[in-house]
Amino acid sequence: MLNQSPSLDLMFQALADPTRRAMVERLGLGPASVSDLARPLAMSMPAVMQHLQMLEASGLVRSEKTGRVRTCRIAPEALSLAEQWIDARRTGWQRQLDRLGEYLGEPDLERKS
Amino acid sequence: MSERNTVHASFTIERRFAAAPDRVFAAWASKAAKARWFGSDAAAEVAREMDFRVGGREHLSGTWHGGVLTRFDAHYFDIVPNQRIVYAYDMHLDDRHISVSLATVVFEPAGSGTRLVVSEQGVFLDGYDDAGSREHGTGWLLDLLGKVLEAQ
Repeated sequence: MLNQSPSLDLMFQALADPTRRAMVERLGLGPASVSDLARPLAMSMPAVMQHLQMLEASGLVRSEKTGRVRTCRIAPEALSLAEQWIDARRTGWQRQLDRLGEYLGEPDLERKS
Repeated sequence: MSERNTVHASFTIERRFAAAPDRVFAAWASKAAKARWFGSDAAAEVAREMDFRVGGREHLSGTWHGGVLTRFDAHYFDIVPNQRIVYAYDMHLDDRHISVSLATVVFEPAGSGTRLVVSEQGVFLDGYDDAGSREHGTGWLLDLLGKVLEAQ
C-alpha cells in the first residue's frame, strides 16, 4: 500500500523558488559542479550553497565531494515512479473536484488531502 | 518494450462544499451535469456516454495535453441517491492500459453543506518504470509545480 509521500511538501518548498528551479533544470541536463551551477546565477557562493542544501534536504538533488569539487546530480528516485504515477492520479482528482466546486458556484469551504 | 508491473495503491480525498448533498450528488448523476466539470478541461472531447444506474456504464475519451488519447471507462455497482456512488473504472493512454480502480464517493451532510469523500483503490499497470518515464520525472514535478503556483 502506498500513501502520500511525506517528502512532497519539502519538494514543493524546494521548487517554489525560481533559482532552485533553474538549478534543477540545469541538473536535468546532467551532473554539474557547484561552480557550474553558480555561474549563470547572480549570487554569492554561500547563497548558492544554501539553495543547494534545500534541494538536497528535499531529496531532489544529491551531491558528493571529490577532492575540491562538489558534483551535484538530480535524484529522480526522490519520488518513486509509482508515487509519481499515483500522485498524478490524485492531482487529477483534485483538479476535477476544483471544477466541481466551480460548477456548484462556490469556493471550497475546506480542502483536505 | 516496458516491463510488466503492478502497483497497488489507495488514497482518499476529502472536500467540503457549501451546497447540500442533493445538489452535489446531482452533479455526478447526469451526463449534462457531469460534463460541466468532469473532464471539462479536455483540449478535445472525443466521446462522452453515461448511463447512471447500477449496472450502467460511463465512457469519456478525449485528448488533454500532448495529444495523447485518454480513455475512461466506468461501470456503476452501487448508487444510493444523495449518499453514495461506487464504480469501477479503468484508464487507457492511447493503447496503454494504465490502471484499473474501484472508486467510492460518499456524500455526507455537514451542517447545511456536504462533506465529500472520494476513495480510490487501484492497480497501476506498467509504464511508470520505463526509461522514458524516469526522464519525465523531473518534468512532471515542474509541470505540477507550475499548476500549483498558477492555482494560487
